[in-house]
Amino acid sequence: MTPRVVFPNKILPYLLVAPQLAITLVFFYWPAGQAFYQSMLRQDPFGLRTKFVWFANFRKVLADPAYLNSIKVTVVFSLATAIVAMCVALLLAVMAEKVVRGKGLYRTLLIWPYAVAPAIAGMLWLFLFNPSIGSLAYMLRSFGIAWDPLLNGTHAMILLVSAAAWKQISYNFLFFVAGLQAVPKALIEAAAMDGAGETKRFWTIVFPLLAPTTFFLLVVNTVYALFDTFGIVHAVTGGGPGKTTETLVYKVYNDGFVNLILGDSAAQSVILMVIVISLTAIQFRYVERKVHYG
Amino acid sequence: MIGQSPLRTVIAHAVLILGILIVAFPIYYTFVASTQTLQTILRPPLPLLPGDQFWNNYTEALFGGVGRIGGVSVGRLLLNTTVMALGIAVGKIFISILSAYAIVFFRFPLRMVFFWLIFITLMLPVEVRILPTYKVMVDLGMIDTYAGLIIPLIASATATLLFRQFFMTIPGELVEAARVDGAGPWRFFFDILLPLSRTNIAALFVILFIYGWTQYLWPLLVTNSSNMNTIVIALRKMVSFADADTQWNLVMVTAMLAIVPPILVVVLMQRWFVRGLVDSEK
Repeated sequence: MTPRVVFPNKILPYLLVAPQLAITLVFFYWPAGQAFYQSMLRQDPFGLRTKFVWFANFRKVLADPAYLNSIKVTVVFSLATAIVAMCVALLLAVMAEKVVRGKGLYRTLLIWPYAVAPAIAGMLWLFLFNPSIGSLAYMLRSFGIAWDPLLNGTHAMILLVSAAAWKQISYNFLFFVAGLQAVPKALIEAAAMDGAGETKRFWTIVFPLLAPTTFFLLVVNTVYALFDTFGIVHAVTGGGPGKTTETLVYKVYNDGFVNLILGDSAAQSVILMVIVISLTAIQFRYVERKVHYG
Repeated sequence: MIGQSPLRTVIAHAVLILGILIVAFPIYYTFVASTQTLQTILRPPLPLLPGDQFWNNYTEALFGGVGRIGGVSVGRLLLNTTVMALGIAVGKIFISILSAYAIVFFRFPLRMVFFWLIFITLMLPVEVRILPTYKVMVDLGMIDTYAGLIIPLIASATATLLFRQFFMTIPGELVEAARVDGAGPWRFFFDILLPLSRTNIAALFVILFIYGWTQYLWPLLVTNSSNMNTIVIALRKMVSFADADTQWNLVMVTAMLAIVPPILVVVLMQRWFVRGLVDSEK
Protein backbone atom coordinates (compact mmCIF):
# COMPACT_ATOMS: atom_id res chain seq x y z
CA MET A 1 0.00 0.00 0.00
CA THR A 2 1.38 3.39 -0.95
CA PRO A 3 1.45 6.10 1.73
CA ARG A 4 -1.79 8.00 1.34
CA VAL A 5 -2.82 11.53 1.88
CA VAL A 6 -4.71 11.57 5.16
CA PHE A 7 -6.52 13.92 7.47
CA PRO A 8 -4.54 15.02 10.51
CA ASN A 9 -7.33 14.73 13.11
CA LYS A 10 -6.41 12.94 16.30
CA ILE A 11 -9.73 12.18 18.03
CA LEU A 12 -12.17 11.88 15.13
CA PRO A 13 -10.96 8.49 13.81
CA TYR A 14 -11.58 6.90 17.21
CA LEU A 15 -15.11 8.22 17.22
CA LEU A 16 -15.63 6.85 13.72
CA VAL A 17 -14.59 3.30 14.58
CA ALA A 18 -16.24 3.39 18.01
CA PRO A 19 -19.74 2.13 17.05
CA GLN A 20 -18.48 -0.86 15.14
CA LEU A 21 -15.86 -1.64 17.72
CA ALA A 22 -18.32 -1.44 20.60
CA ILE A 23 -20.74 -3.85 18.93
CA THR A 24 -17.92 -6.15 17.94
CA LEU A 25 -16.55 -6.33 21.46
CA VAL A 26 -19.92 -6.79 23.19
CA PHE A 27 -21.50 -9.25 20.78
CA PHE A 28 -18.50 -11.05 19.27
CA TYR A 29 -15.40 -11.07 21.45
CA TRP A 30 -17.05 -11.22 24.84
CA PRO A 31 -19.34 -14.17 23.93
CA ALA A 32 -16.55 -15.92 22.04
CA GLY A 33 -14.34 -15.54 25.11
CA GLN A 34 -17.17 -16.90 27.24
CA ALA A 35 -17.47 -19.88 24.94
CA PHE A 36 -13.77 -20.61 25.42
CA TYR A 37 -14.07 -20.26 29.19
CA GLN A 38 -17.22 -22.38 29.48
CA SER A 39 -15.73 -25.06 27.28
CA MET A 40 -13.39 -25.81 30.17
CA LEU A 41 -16.06 -25.82 32.88
CA ARG A 42 -18.32 -28.59 33.98
CA GLN A 43 -21.53 -28.20 35.98
CA ASP A 44 -23.06 -30.82 38.20
CA PRO A 45 -26.50 -32.03 37.02
CA PHE A 46 -28.34 -29.55 39.24
CA GLY A 47 -26.28 -26.58 38.10
CA LEU A 48 -25.18 -25.90 41.67
CA ARG A 49 -21.45 -26.32 41.42
CA THR A 50 -19.12 -25.55 38.56
CA LYS A 51 -15.70 -27.04 38.22
CA PHE A 52 -12.78 -26.06 36.01
CA VAL A 53 -11.85 -29.17 34.06
CA TRP A 54 -9.35 -27.98 31.43
CA PHE A 55 -9.86 -30.00 28.25
CA ALA A 56 -12.02 -32.76 29.69
CA ASN A 57 -15.10 -31.47 27.83
CA PHE A 58 -13.24 -31.65 24.54
CA ARG A 59 -12.09 -35.17 25.25
CA LYS A 60 -15.61 -36.14 26.20
CA VAL A 61 -17.17 -34.53 23.12
CA LEU A 62 -14.63 -35.97 20.72
CA ALA A 63 -15.07 -39.45 22.19
CA ASP A 64 -18.86 -39.23 22.03
CA PRO A 65 -20.26 -41.49 19.26
CA ALA A 66 -23.14 -39.04 18.77
CA TYR A 67 -20.66 -36.26 18.05
CA LEU A 68 -18.61 -38.39 15.69
CA ASN A 69 -21.84 -39.31 13.95
CA SER A 70 -22.74 -35.66 13.55
CA ILE A 71 -19.29 -34.96 12.08
CA LYS A 72 -19.95 -37.67 9.52
CA VAL A 73 -23.43 -36.32 8.80
CA THR A 74 -22.01 -32.82 8.36
CA VAL A 75 -19.27 -33.93 5.98
CA VAL A 76 -21.70 -35.93 3.83
CA PHE A 77 -24.26 -33.15 3.85
CA SER A 78 -21.79 -30.35 3.07
CA LEU A 79 -19.97 -32.17 0.29
CA ALA A 80 -23.17 -33.41 -1.33
CA THR A 81 -24.74 -29.95 -1.17
CA ALA A 82 -21.65 -28.22 -2.54
CA ILE A 83 -21.17 -30.72 -5.36
CA VAL A 84 -24.81 -30.82 -6.46
CA ALA A 85 -25.24 -27.06 -6.29
CA MET A 86 -21.99 -26.42 -8.19
CA CYS A 87 -22.51 -29.03 -10.92
CA VAL A 88 -26.03 -27.86 -11.73
CA ALA A 89 -24.94 -24.22 -11.66
CA LEU A 90 -21.92 -24.85 -13.90
CA LEU A 91 -24.05 -26.70 -16.43
CA LEU A 92 -26.59 -23.89 -16.49
CA ALA A 93 -23.90 -21.21 -16.72
CA VAL A 94 -22.20 -22.94 -19.66
CA MET A 95 -25.54 -23.22 -21.43
CA ALA A 96 -26.37 -19.60 -20.68
CA GLU A 97 -23.08 -18.57 -22.29
CA LYS A 98 -24.12 -20.28 -25.50
CA VAL A 99 -27.48 -18.68 -26.02
CA VAL A 100 -27.79 -15.21 -27.40
CA ARG A 101 -31.50 -14.72 -27.19
CA GLY A 102 -33.20 -14.57 -23.81
CA LYS A 103 -30.00 -14.47 -21.77
CA GLY A 104 -31.29 -11.76 -19.46
CA LEU A 105 -34.61 -13.51 -18.96
CA TYR A 106 -32.93 -16.80 -18.10
CA ARG A 107 -30.73 -15.07 -15.58
CA THR A 108 -33.66 -13.32 -13.95
CA LEU A 109 -35.56 -16.57 -13.63
CA LEU A 110 -32.58 -18.42 -12.23
CA ILE A 111 -31.54 -16.05 -9.47
CA TRP A 112 -34.64 -15.84 -7.31
CA PRO A 113 -34.11 -18.80 -4.99
CA TYR A 114 -31.25 -16.75 -3.56
CA ALA A 115 -33.88 -14.58 -1.90
CA VAL A 116 -35.66 -17.49 -0.26
CA ALA A 117 -34.67 -18.10 3.36
CA PRO A 118 -33.00 -21.51 3.78
CA ALA A 119 -35.62 -22.54 6.33
CA ILE A 120 -38.43 -21.69 3.92
CA ALA A 121 -36.64 -23.50 1.10
CA GLY A 122 -36.61 -26.53 3.37
CA MET A 123 -40.29 -26.20 4.17
CA LEU A 124 -41.26 -25.84 0.51
CA TRP A 125 -39.35 -29.00 -0.36
CA LEU A 126 -40.86 -30.81 2.57
CA PHE A 127 -44.29 -29.70 1.40
CA LEU A 128 -43.60 -31.24 -1.99
CA PHE A 129 -42.04 -34.40 -0.64
CA ASN A 130 -43.73 -35.18 2.65
CA PRO A 131 -45.33 -38.60 2.62
CA SER A 132 -48.91 -37.65 3.49
CA ILE A 133 -49.74 -34.63 1.33
CA GLY A 134 -46.66 -34.01 -0.85
CA SER A 135 -47.51 -34.13 -4.53
CA LEU A 136 -44.05 -35.23 -5.62
CA ALA A 137 -43.95 -37.85 -2.88
CA TYR A 138 -47.22 -39.10 -4.30
CA MET A 139 -45.57 -39.37 -7.71
CA LEU A 140 -42.58 -41.22 -6.27
CA ARG A 141 -44.89 -43.66 -4.57
CA SER A 142 -46.83 -44.25 -7.75
CA PHE A 143 -43.49 -45.26 -9.32
CA GLY A 144 -43.19 -47.82 -6.55
CA ILE A 145 -40.59 -46.04 -4.43
CA ALA A 146 -41.28 -46.36 -0.71
CA TRP A 147 -40.47 -42.73 -0.10
CA ASP A 148 -40.62 -41.49 3.47
CA PRO A 149 -38.19 -38.79 4.59
CA LEU A 150 -39.82 -38.69 8.04
CA LEU A 151 -38.81 -42.27 8.83
CA ASN A 152 -35.94 -43.08 6.48
CA GLY A 153 -32.65 -41.35 7.26
CA THR A 154 -31.26 -41.57 3.73
CA HIS A 155 -34.43 -40.05 2.30
CA ALA A 156 -34.30 -37.28 4.89
CA MET A 157 -30.72 -36.52 3.90
CA ILE A 158 -31.61 -36.47 0.20
CA LEU A 159 -34.41 -34.03 0.94
CA LEU A 160 -32.13 -31.73 2.95
CA VAL A 161 -29.41 -31.79 0.31
CA SER A 162 -31.91 -31.00 -2.45
CA ALA A 163 -33.37 -28.06 -0.57
CA ALA A 164 -29.95 -26.71 0.45
CA ALA A 165 -28.47 -27.15 -3.03
CA TRP A 166 -31.57 -25.70 -4.71
CA LYS A 167 -31.17 -22.46 -2.81
CA GLN A 168 -27.47 -22.20 -3.63
CA ILE A 169 -27.75 -22.75 -7.41
CA SER A 170 -28.44 -19.06 -8.09
CA TYR A 171 -25.37 -17.91 -6.25
CA ASN A 172 -23.05 -20.36 -7.98
CA PHE A 173 -24.65 -19.64 -11.34
CA LEU A 174 -23.85 -15.92 -11.10
CA PHE A 175 -20.24 -16.60 -10.16
CA PHE A 176 -19.76 -19.17 -12.89
CA VAL A 177 -21.22 -16.79 -15.47
CA ALA A 178 -18.79 -14.11 -14.32
CA GLY A 179 -15.96 -16.64 -14.45
CA LEU A 180 -16.88 -17.80 -17.95
CA GLN A 181 -16.99 -14.26 -19.24
CA ALA A 182 -13.44 -13.76 -18.06
CA VAL A 183 -12.11 -16.64 -20.17
CA PRO A 184 -10.27 -15.07 -23.13
CA LYS A 185 -12.19 -15.69 -26.35
CA ALA A 186 -8.97 -15.76 -28.35
CA LEU A 187 -7.85 -18.95 -26.62
CA ILE A 188 -11.09 -20.69 -27.45
CA GLU A 189 -10.98 -19.55 -31.05
CA ALA A 190 -7.39 -20.69 -31.41
CA ALA A 191 -8.32 -24.12 -30.10
CA ALA A 192 -11.29 -24.27 -32.45
CA MET A 193 -9.00 -23.51 -35.38
CA ASP A 194 -6.70 -26.32 -34.27
CA GLY A 195 -9.70 -28.56 -34.58
CA ALA A 196 -10.67 -29.06 -30.94
CA GLY A 197 -14.36 -29.86 -30.58
CA GLU A 198 -16.64 -28.14 -28.17
CA THR A 199 -16.38 -30.76 -25.44
CA LYS A 200 -12.62 -30.87 -25.70
CA ARG A 201 -12.40 -27.07 -25.64
CA PHE A 202 -14.43 -27.00 -22.45
CA TRP A 203 -12.38 -29.57 -20.55
CA THR A 204 -8.93 -28.47 -21.71
CA ILE A 205 -9.33 -24.69 -21.72
CA VAL A 206 -12.44 -23.35 -20.07
CA PHE A 207 -12.62 -25.66 -17.09
CA PRO A 208 -8.96 -25.24 -16.02
CA LEU A 209 -9.27 -21.47 -16.36
CA LEU A 210 -12.35 -21.59 -14.15
CA ALA A 211 -10.36 -23.31 -11.39
CA PRO A 212 -10.04 -20.23 -9.17
CA THR A 213 -13.81 -19.62 -9.38
CA THR A 214 -14.54 -23.28 -8.73
CA PHE A 215 -12.21 -23.39 -5.76
CA PHE A 216 -13.64 -20.21 -4.31
CA LEU A 217 -17.18 -21.53 -4.70
CA LEU A 218 -16.20 -24.84 -3.12
CA VAL A 219 -15.08 -23.02 0.02
CA VAL A 220 -18.10 -20.69 0.07
CA ASN A 221 -20.54 -23.56 -0.49
CA THR A 222 -18.95 -25.62 2.25
CA VAL A 223 -19.25 -22.73 4.68
CA TYR A 224 -22.85 -22.24 3.57
CA ALA A 225 -23.67 -25.91 4.06
CA LEU A 226 -21.98 -25.92 7.45
CA PHE A 227 -23.60 -22.87 8.95
CA ASP A 228 -26.41 -21.25 6.97
CA THR A 229 -28.33 -24.47 6.66
CA PHE A 230 -29.19 -24.63 10.33
CA GLY A 231 -32.63 -23.32 9.38
CA ILE A 232 -33.19 -26.13 6.89
CA VAL A 233 -32.29 -28.83 9.39
CA HIS A 234 -34.27 -27.20 12.18
CA ALA A 235 -37.35 -26.63 10.06
CA VAL A 236 -37.39 -29.87 8.09
CA THR A 237 -36.05 -32.77 10.13
CA GLY A 238 -35.01 -31.47 13.53
CA GLY A 239 -31.95 -33.69 13.22
CA GLY A 240 -34.07 -36.80 12.77
CA PRO A 241 -35.12 -39.41 12.07
CA GLY A 242 -32.93 -40.79 14.82
CA LYS A 243 -29.79 -38.67 14.53
CA THR A 244 -29.32 -39.21 10.82
CA THR A 245 -29.42 -35.52 9.89
CA GLU A 246 -27.97 -33.92 13.01
CA THR A 247 -25.30 -31.54 11.73
CA LEU A 248 -22.64 -29.99 13.95
CA VAL A 249 -24.35 -26.63 14.21
CA TYR A 250 -27.68 -28.24 14.96
CA LYS A 251 -26.05 -30.30 17.70
CA VAL A 252 -24.49 -27.23 19.33
CA TYR A 253 -27.92 -25.64 19.40
CA ASN A 254 -29.66 -28.77 20.61
CA ASP A 255 -27.17 -29.62 23.35
CA GLY A 256 -26.91 -26.07 24.59
CA PHE A 257 -30.43 -24.76 24.19
CA VAL A 258 -32.66 -27.77 24.40
CA ASN A 259 -30.69 -30.22 26.53
CA LEU A 260 -28.79 -27.53 28.46
CA ILE A 261 -25.44 -29.35 28.58
CA LEU A 262 -23.46 -26.14 28.70
CA GLY A 263 -19.89 -27.40 28.88
CA ASP A 264 -20.31 -29.79 25.97
CA SER A 265 -22.10 -27.21 23.88
CA ALA A 266 -19.36 -24.66 24.51
CA ALA A 267 -16.66 -27.17 23.63
CA GLN A 268 -18.50 -27.89 20.39
CA SER A 269 -18.69 -24.15 19.71
CA VAL A 270 -14.94 -23.88 20.08
CA ILE A 271 -14.40 -26.81 17.71
CA LEU A 272 -16.68 -25.11 15.19
CA MET A 273 -14.72 -21.90 15.61
CA VAL A 274 -11.53 -23.75 14.71
CA ILE A 275 -13.25 -25.13 11.59
CA VAL A 276 -14.41 -21.67 10.49
CA ILE A 277 -11.00 -20.17 11.11
CA SER A 278 -9.28 -22.81 8.99
CA LEU A 279 -11.82 -22.45 6.17
CA THR A 280 -11.45 -18.67 6.20
CA ALA A 281 -7.69 -19.01 6.21
CA ILE A 282 -7.84 -21.34 3.22
CA GLN A 283 -10.17 -18.97 1.43
CA PHE A 284 -7.90 -16.00 1.94
CA ARG A 285 -4.68 -17.79 1.26
CA TYR A 286 -5.73 -19.26 -2.04
CA VAL A 287 -8.55 -17.10 -3.23
CA GLU A 288 -7.34 -13.61 -2.36
CA ARG A 289 -4.15 -14.17 -4.30
CA LYS A 290 -6.21 -15.22 -7.27
CA VAL A 291 -4.06 -18.15 -8.24
CA HIS A 292 -4.42 -19.04 -11.86
CA TYR A 293 -3.49 -22.47 -12.97
CA GLY A 294 -3.82 -21.70 -16.64
CA MET B 1 -17.04 -15.92 -32.68
CA ILE B 2 -17.16 -19.60 -33.35
CA GLY B 3 -20.14 -20.81 -35.25
CA GLN B 4 -22.48 -23.09 -33.41
CA SER B 5 -24.74 -25.73 -34.84
CA PRO B 6 -28.44 -24.94 -34.39
CA LEU B 7 -28.87 -28.25 -32.62
CA ARG B 8 -26.49 -27.22 -29.85
CA THR B 9 -28.34 -23.95 -29.41
CA VAL B 10 -31.59 -25.85 -29.08
CA ILE B 11 -30.02 -28.15 -26.50
CA ALA B 12 -28.72 -25.12 -24.57
CA HIS B 13 -32.20 -23.61 -24.48
CA ALA B 14 -33.71 -26.92 -23.45
CA VAL B 15 -31.25 -27.36 -20.56
CA LEU B 16 -31.86 -23.80 -19.39
CA ILE B 17 -35.61 -24.23 -19.50
CA LEU B 18 -35.32 -27.46 -17.57
CA GLY B 19 -33.12 -25.65 -15.03
CA ILE B 20 -35.67 -22.90 -14.66
CA LEU B 21 -38.41 -25.46 -14.16
CA ILE B 22 -36.46 -27.04 -11.30
CA VAL B 23 -35.57 -23.70 -9.81
CA ALA B 24 -38.99 -22.17 -10.12
CA PHE B 25 -41.16 -25.18 -9.45
CA PRO B 26 -41.16 -25.19 -5.63
CA ILE B 27 -42.07 -21.51 -5.59
CA TYR B 28 -44.70 -21.85 -8.29
CA TYR B 29 -46.26 -24.82 -6.54
CA THR B 30 -46.41 -22.89 -3.28
CA PHE B 31 -48.34 -20.24 -5.14
CA VAL B 32 -50.67 -22.86 -6.57
CA ALA B 33 -51.22 -24.35 -3.13
CA SER B 34 -51.93 -20.90 -1.71
CA THR B 35 -54.91 -20.59 -4.05
CA GLN B 36 -56.55 -23.93 -3.24
CA THR B 37 -58.92 -25.06 -0.55
CA LEU B 38 -57.52 -27.06 2.34
CA GLN B 39 -59.38 -30.15 1.12
CA THR B 40 -57.67 -30.01 -2.28
CA ILE B 41 -54.25 -29.71 -0.68
CA LEU B 42 -54.84 -32.67 1.59
CA ARG B 43 -55.58 -34.94 -1.37
CA PRO B 44 -52.44 -35.15 -3.50
CA PRO B 45 -51.56 -34.73 -6.24
CA LEU B 46 -52.25 -31.04 -6.32
CA PRO B 47 -53.43 -29.60 -9.64
CA LEU B 48 -50.76 -27.81 -11.66
CA LEU B 49 -52.84 -24.69 -12.14
CA PRO B 50 -53.89 -22.12 -9.52
CA GLY B 51 -57.30 -22.64 -7.94
CA ASP B 52 -60.06 -20.14 -7.28
CA GLN B 53 -59.40 -19.48 -3.59
CA PHE B 54 -56.89 -16.68 -4.07
CA TRP B 55 -58.98 -13.92 -2.48
CA ASN B 56 -60.41 -16.11 0.25
CA ASN B 57 -57.08 -17.45 1.40
CA TYR B 58 -55.15 -14.21 1.18
CA THR B 59 -57.75 -12.11 2.95
CA GLU B 60 -58.19 -14.82 5.57
CA ALA B 61 -54.44 -15.01 6.23
CA LEU B 62 -53.90 -11.26 6.17
CA PHE B 63 -56.95 -10.10 8.10
CA GLY B 64 -58.42 -13.17 9.76
CA GLY B 65 -55.38 -13.82 11.92
CA VAL B 66 -53.84 -17.23 11.83
CA GLY B 67 -54.53 -19.09 15.05
CA ARG B 68 -51.40 -21.15 15.24
CA ILE B 69 -49.04 -18.27 15.53
CA GLY B 70 -50.56 -17.10 18.76
CA GLY B 71 -53.08 -14.73 17.25
CA VAL B 72 -50.41 -12.54 15.67
CA SER B 73 -51.45 -11.13 12.32
CA VAL B 74 -49.37 -11.74 9.25
CA GLY B 75 -49.15 -7.97 8.93
CA ARG B 76 -47.34 -7.75 12.26
CA LEU B 77 -44.95 -10.53 11.21
CA LEU B 78 -44.19 -8.76 7.95
CA LEU B 79 -43.63 -5.53 9.85
CA ASN B 80 -41.18 -7.23 12.24
CA THR B 81 -39.29 -8.80 9.38
CA THR B 82 -39.16 -5.57 7.40
CA VAL B 83 -37.92 -3.60 10.41
CA MET B 84 -35.25 -6.22 11.01
CA ALA B 85 -34.11 -6.42 7.39
CA LEU B 86 -34.02 -2.64 6.91
CA GLY B 87 -32.40 -2.09 10.29
CA ILE B 88 -29.65 -4.55 9.54
CA ALA B 89 -29.04 -3.18 6.04
CA VAL B 90 -28.97 0.47 7.08
CA GLY B 91 -27.14 -0.13 10.36
CA LYS B 92 -24.45 -2.26 8.81
CA ILE B 93 -23.80 0.20 6.01
CA PHE B 94 -23.73 3.08 8.47
CA ILE B 95 -21.24 1.67 10.97
CA SER B 96 -19.02 0.03 8.42
CA ILE B 97 -18.70 3.04 6.14
CA LEU B 98 -17.63 5.10 9.16
CA SER B 99 -15.05 2.63 10.37
CA ALA B 100 -13.70 2.06 6.86
CA TYR B 101 -13.43 5.83 6.48
CA ALA B 102 -11.41 6.06 9.68
CA ILE B 103 -9.13 3.18 8.74
CA VAL B 104 -8.33 4.42 5.23
CA PHE B 105 -8.26 8.21 5.58
CA PHE B 106 -6.69 8.71 8.99
CA ARG B 107 -3.50 7.62 10.64
CA PHE B 108 -3.79 6.92 14.33
CA PRO B 109 -2.28 4.62 16.93
CA LEU B 110 -3.94 1.18 17.08
CA ARG B 111 -5.35 1.63 13.56
CA MET B 112 -4.23 -1.80 12.41
CA VAL B 113 -5.26 -3.38 15.70
CA PHE B 114 -8.80 -2.11 15.12
CA PHE B 115 -8.73 -3.31 11.55
CA TRP B 116 -7.79 -6.82 12.63
CA LEU B 117 -10.31 -6.82 15.45
CA ILE B 118 -13.01 -6.11 12.87
CA PHE B 119 -11.55 -8.48 10.33
CA ILE B 120 -11.46 -11.46 12.70
CA THR B 121 -15.23 -11.23 13.30
CA LEU B 122 -15.50 -12.89 9.88
CA MET B 123 -14.54 -16.04 11.70
CA LEU B 124 -17.07 -15.78 14.51
CA PRO B 125 -20.54 -16.34 13.02
CA VAL B 126 -23.47 -16.54 15.44
CA GLU B 127 -23.49 -20.29 15.11
CA VAL B 128 -20.22 -20.72 16.96
CA ARG B 129 -21.19 -18.63 19.98
CA ILE B 130 -24.88 -19.34 20.36
CA LEU B 131 -25.24 -19.67 24.12
CA PRO B 132 -22.88 -16.96 25.39
CA THR B 133 -24.36 -14.44 22.95
CA TYR B 134 -27.81 -15.36 24.14
CA LYS B 135 -26.66 -14.74 27.70
CA VAL B 136 -25.35 -11.29 26.76
CA MET B 137 -28.72 -10.52 25.21
CA VAL B 138 -30.53 -11.57 28.38
CA ASP B 139 -28.19 -9.52 30.57
CA LEU B 140 -28.72 -6.45 28.42
CA GLY B 141 -32.50 -6.95 28.40
CA MET B 142 -32.55 -7.17 24.62
CA ILE B 143 -34.72 -10.29 24.28
CA ASP B 144 -37.91 -9.57 22.32
CA THR B 145 -36.81 -6.14 21.16
CA TYR B 146 -36.06 -4.79 17.71
CA ALA B 147 -32.69 -3.64 19.01
CA GLY B 148 -31.95 -7.22 19.98
CA LEU B 149 -32.90 -8.47 16.55
CA ILE B 150 -30.83 -5.88 14.75
CA ILE B 151 -27.81 -4.56 16.63
CA PRO B 152 -25.81 -7.77 17.17
CA LEU B 153 -26.08 -8.53 13.47
CA ILE B 154 -24.90 -5.17 12.16
CA ALA B 155 -21.28 -5.65 13.12
CA SER B 156 -19.51 -7.75 10.57
CA ALA B 157 -16.36 -7.50 8.64
CA THR B 158 -17.61 -7.97 5.07
CA ALA B 159 -19.14 -4.52 4.60
CA THR B 160 -16.17 -2.81 6.23
CA LEU B 161 -13.75 -4.71 4.02
CA LEU B 162 -15.76 -3.83 0.94
CA PHE B 163 -15.76 -0.11 1.72
CA ARG B 164 -12.10 -0.22 2.66
CA GLN B 165 -11.24 -1.82 -0.65
CA PHE B 166 -13.23 0.79 -2.54
CA PHE B 167 -11.84 3.73 -0.55
CA MET B 168 -8.31 2.61 -1.27
CA THR B 169 -8.94 3.06 -5.00
CA ILE B 170 -9.77 6.73 -4.48
CA PRO B 171 -6.71 8.72 -5.59
CA GLY B 172 -4.82 10.65 -2.94
CA GLU B 173 -4.93 13.72 -5.20
CA LEU B 174 -8.63 13.96 -4.54
CA VAL B 175 -8.07 14.14 -0.79
CA GLU B 176 -5.27 16.61 -1.30
CA ALA B 177 -7.37 18.82 -3.56
CA ALA B 178 -10.17 18.78 -1.03
CA ARG B 179 -7.80 19.74 1.76
CA VAL B 180 -6.23 22.54 -0.31
CA ASP B 181 -9.71 23.87 -0.90
CA GLY B 182 -10.22 23.90 2.82
CA ALA B 183 -12.58 20.96 3.17
CA GLY B 184 -12.45 19.22 6.52
CA PRO B 185 -12.97 15.49 7.02
CA TRP B 186 -16.75 15.78 7.31
CA ARG B 187 -17.07 17.96 4.25
CA PHE B 188 -14.93 15.49 2.30
CA PHE B 189 -17.00 12.58 3.58
CA PHE B 190 -20.38 14.04 2.66
CA ASP B 191 -19.52 15.92 -0.52
CA ILE B 192 -17.05 13.57 -2.15
CA LEU B 193 -16.88 10.14 -0.55
CA LEU B 194 -20.61 9.44 -0.13
CA PRO B 195 -21.57 10.39 -3.70
CA LEU B 196 -18.71 8.25 -5.02
CA SER B 197 -19.85 5.29 -2.91
CA ARG B 198 -23.45 5.43 -4.10
CA THR B 199 -23.29 2.33 -6.27
CA ASN B 200 -21.47 0.34 -3.61
CA ILE B 201 -24.04 1.35 -1.02
CA ALA B 202 -26.93 0.36 -3.28
CA ALA B 203 -25.37 -2.99 -4.08
CA LEU B 204 -24.59 -3.71 -0.47
CA PHE B 205 -28.07 -2.66 0.58
CA VAL B 206 -29.71 -5.30 -1.60
CA ILE B 207 -27.46 -8.07 -0.29
CA LEU B 208 -27.88 -7.03 3.33
CA PHE B 209 -31.64 -6.67 3.03
CA ILE B 210 -31.86 -10.27 1.83
CA TYR B 211 -29.44 -11.31 4.55
CA GLY B 212 -31.62 -9.69 7.21
CA TRP B 213 -34.86 -11.01 5.79
CA THR B 214 -33.69 -14.61 5.66
CA GLN B 215 -32.15 -14.79 9.15
CA TYR B 216 -33.27 -17.82 11.08
CA LEU B 217 -31.10 -18.83 14.04
CA TRP B 218 -30.83 -15.33 15.48
CA PRO B 219 -34.55 -14.44 15.60
CA LEU B 220 -35.20 -17.95 16.88
CA LEU B 221 -32.92 -17.23 19.84
CA VAL B 222 -33.88 -13.68 20.74
CA THR B 223 -37.64 -13.74 20.29
CA ASN B 224 -39.81 -15.55 22.77
CA SER B 225 -43.07 -13.70 22.33
CA SER B 226 -44.97 -14.41 19.12
CA ASN B 227 -45.45 -10.67 18.75
CA MET B 228 -41.80 -10.23 17.91
CA ASN B 229 -41.37 -13.23 15.64
CA THR B 230 -40.18 -12.77 12.10
CA ILE B 231 -42.29 -14.32 9.40
CA VAL B 232 -39.78 -17.10 8.76
CA ILE B 233 -39.88 -18.22 12.40
CA ALA B 234 -43.66 -17.91 12.57
CA LEU B 235 -43.99 -20.03 9.46
CA ARG B 236 -41.87 -22.71 11.07
CA LYS B 237 -44.23 -22.70 14.04
CA MET B 238 -47.28 -23.03 11.80
CA VAL B 239 -45.99 -26.02 9.93
CA SER B 240 -46.67 -29.37 11.46
CA PHE B 241 -46.83 -32.38 9.24
CA ALA B 242 -47.88 -34.69 12.01
CA ASP B 243 -50.84 -32.52 12.86
CA ALA B 244 -54.04 -33.04 10.91
CA ASP B 245 -55.40 -29.56 11.51
CA THR B 246 -52.56 -27.57 9.97
CA GLN B 247 -54.27 -24.98 7.77
CA TRP B 248 -52.15 -25.68 4.73
CA ASN B 249 -53.84 -23.18 2.48
CA LEU B 250 -53.08 -20.37 4.96
CA VAL B 251 -49.58 -21.68 5.63
CA MET B 252 -48.91 -21.48 1.91
CA VAL B 253 -50.20 -17.90 1.74
CA THR B 254 -47.86 -17.01 4.59
CA ALA B 255 -45.00 -18.74 2.78
CA MET B 256 -45.74 -16.69 -0.34
CA LEU B 257 -45.82 -13.48 1.69
CA ALA B 258 -42.50 -14.44 3.27
CA ILE B 259 -40.70 -15.06 0.00
CA VAL B 260 -42.19 -12.53 -2.39
CA PRO B 261 -40.72 -9.31 -0.88
CA PRO B 262 -37.08 -10.44 -1.02
CA ILE B 263 -37.63 -11.98 -4.45
CA LEU B 264 -38.99 -8.67 -5.69
CA VAL B 265 -35.97 -6.88 -4.28
CA VAL B 266 -33.62 -9.28 -6.04
CA VAL B 267 -35.43 -9.20 -9.37
CA LEU B 268 -36.15 -5.47 -9.50
CA MET B 269 -32.73 -4.43 -8.27
CA GLN B 270 -30.98 -7.15 -10.20
CA ARG B 271 -28.13 -4.98 -11.40
CA TRP B 272 -27.17 -3.92 -7.87
CA PHE B 273 -27.78 -7.40 -6.55
CA VAL B 274 -25.37 -9.09 -8.95
CA ARG B 275 -22.80 -6.42 -8.35
CA GLY B 276 -23.14 -6.55 -4.60
CA LEU B 277 -22.90 -10.30 -4.56
CA VAL B 278 -19.81 -10.51 -6.70
CA ASP B 279 -18.10 -7.57 -4.96
CA SER B 280 -18.82 -8.43 -1.37
CA GLU B 281 -17.47 -11.93 -1.71
CA LYS B 282 -14.25 -10.99 -3.42
